[in-house]
Amino acid sequence: MNRPSTLRRILTTDLPVLLIVIFTLAPFAWMILTSLTPSDRLAASGVSLSPSGWGLDNYVRLFEQTSFLGNMGHSLIIAIGTVVVGLGVSVTAAYAFSRFRFAGRKAIMLQFLLVNMFPVVLLILPLFVLMRRLGLLDTHFSLILANATVAIPFAVWMLTSYMGAIPRSLDEAAMIDGCSRLTALRRVVLPLAMPGIISTGIYIFITAWNEYLYALTLGGKNVRTVTVAIQTLIGEYQIEWGLLAAGGVIGALPATLLFLLVQRRLIGGLTQGAVKG
Amino acid sequence: MTLLTSSLAPASERGVPWRVRLMPYALLAPALFVVTIVVFVPMLEALYTSLFDLVLWKPNAVRFVGLGNYVKLLADPVFWVAFGHTAIWIGLTVPLQMGLGLVAALLLNREFPWRGLARALIIIPWALPSVVIALMWRWIYDPNTGVLNDMLLHLQVIQSAIPWLADPNVALYAVIATLTWQGFPFFAVMILAGLHGIPRSQYEAAAIDGATPWRQFAHITLPGIAPVLATAGLLRVIWVANSMDVIFVMTGGGPGYATHTLPLYAFIRARQNLDFGYGSAIAVTFTIVLGALVAVYIIRTMKEVER
Repeated sequence: MNRPSTLRRILTTDLPVLLIVIFTLAPFAWMILTSLTPSDRLAASGVSLSPSGWGLDNYVRLFEQTSFLGNMGHSLIIAIGTVVVGLGVSVTAAYAFSRFRFAGRKAIMLQFLLVNMFPVVLLILPLFVLMRRLGLLDTHFSLILANATVAIPFAVWMLTSYMGAIPRSLDEAAMIDGCSRLTALRRVVLPLAMPGIISTGIYIFITAWNEYLYALTLGGKNVRTVTVAIQTLIGEYQIEWGLLAAGGVIGALPATLLFLLVQRRLIGGLTQGAVKG
Repeated sequence: MTLLTSSLAPASERGVPWRVRLMPYALLAPALFVVTIVVFVPMLEALYTSLFDLVLWKPNAVRFVGLGNYVKLLADPVFWVAFGHTAIWIGLTVPLQMGLGLVAALLLNREFPWRGLARALIIIPWALPSVVIALMWRWIYDPNTGVLNDMLLHLQVIQSAIPWLADPNVALYAVIATLTWQGFPFFAVMILAGLHGIPRSQYEAAAIDGATPWRQFAHITLPGIAPVLATAGLLRVIWVANSMDVIFVMTGGGPGYATHTLPLYAFIRARQNLDFGYGSAIAVTFTIVLGALVAVYIIRTMKEVER
């Protein structure tokens, strides 16, 4: 009785799911295999499918002969800076949206939503001119500011929805006990919203780490992020796919691991709005 | 505007001191300040720049041309080519992502032992940097040593290697395939959340009434996830329209103009020719076109906020 239904399940569910998972992972897996195949072998006989042909040559070259580690440092500074700026200004804004009803509330919320939809290309040209005028080109600060265009609206929306879920009666009780508004925010709402704040922060980190166009336009010789550096690994005379793949794997690793870590809570927050509609 | 007592404020707040009433604005001020500096000032600057003939390496030749850039744009054949590509780009990518996402979500919604693992694995493309995705697929598409040609030749689907990204007739579709791969997990996740919201009892009732799986899908599942499809679809249209990093790295808009979309054309004009006046005019025009779509999305979302 049980066996035919198991077989049926495998045919109609497990197998199709497996196909989709393979489709999803194959390109990335192929890149990992490429990165493990030493260059000379790659040129001679292509990507090695068996472990006997693998080696860490490309990774050794990546860290010894290129400035990739330094690039990762730049990316880290920018991503952390973006998280600090993004969360710093958004926490109080989200608290205002979730706890107060004031004139212009709707218009200001709408404004944050609108900002999120602006094409990068509309902002990237004037930001370049602006940063050049201020002498900020090729600094971490300019990239943190540019990434904030995406991070702030996103954080405000996410945090407003997280804080909206915390009962108002809690901070009202704290205020009756003699706390001021800001103390109530710090002592009551912040600790409760912390899981939401952390996953929002991690998502901002991921987007800032993965960002490419601003880094290409506003960065330069001094501040070169991982995403820009990966492209320079291509090589001058011939394309070095092995080295490039190693850079791609290392460059993608931090964001991918963080994403897997917080995916559940994050997706909960992201989908809430869409599902309610 | 700040001091008006709006309909939102409860009547009891009328006697509240100014200090307290100004509180929310003070809390919002930092965020608004930063957003004004990094978004609204640049936006106005783009609008302003688009009225000038401004090439960055010729700072002395700047002159005001009014709407001249926009007039030039309408007569620019590349603009129209890019416009057409943008339509194909959005028109194919979003439905493909949605279709694949829907299939994935329906499968992942079933019961099977490794469901949690499969759900986690399927969202990986979402987390990868666009540059890595673009370079990875360039490697796969490589005409000489790429694995795609190898596989298709081996399976005898094609007789000779196809230069996926170098053939002007194929390049745009090759990039669309990449973007579909990158974007379908987003739909899968959104739709999956929507599926969870449909009560089981509806399916049980339908099964008792003898409804076939297809009818259950058409009459329960689809209406149940329709709002999610609409919201996620619109969000994705905006996102896909704006996204140019993958194309930029994969083809740089080429061969020729074969993979130029509007935002990419604006970016390339400004980046390669430093023609910031004309580039801004293209960007502004694109934003206005996109604005119509954004308006629909905002109206939908605001309805929800009101509730």
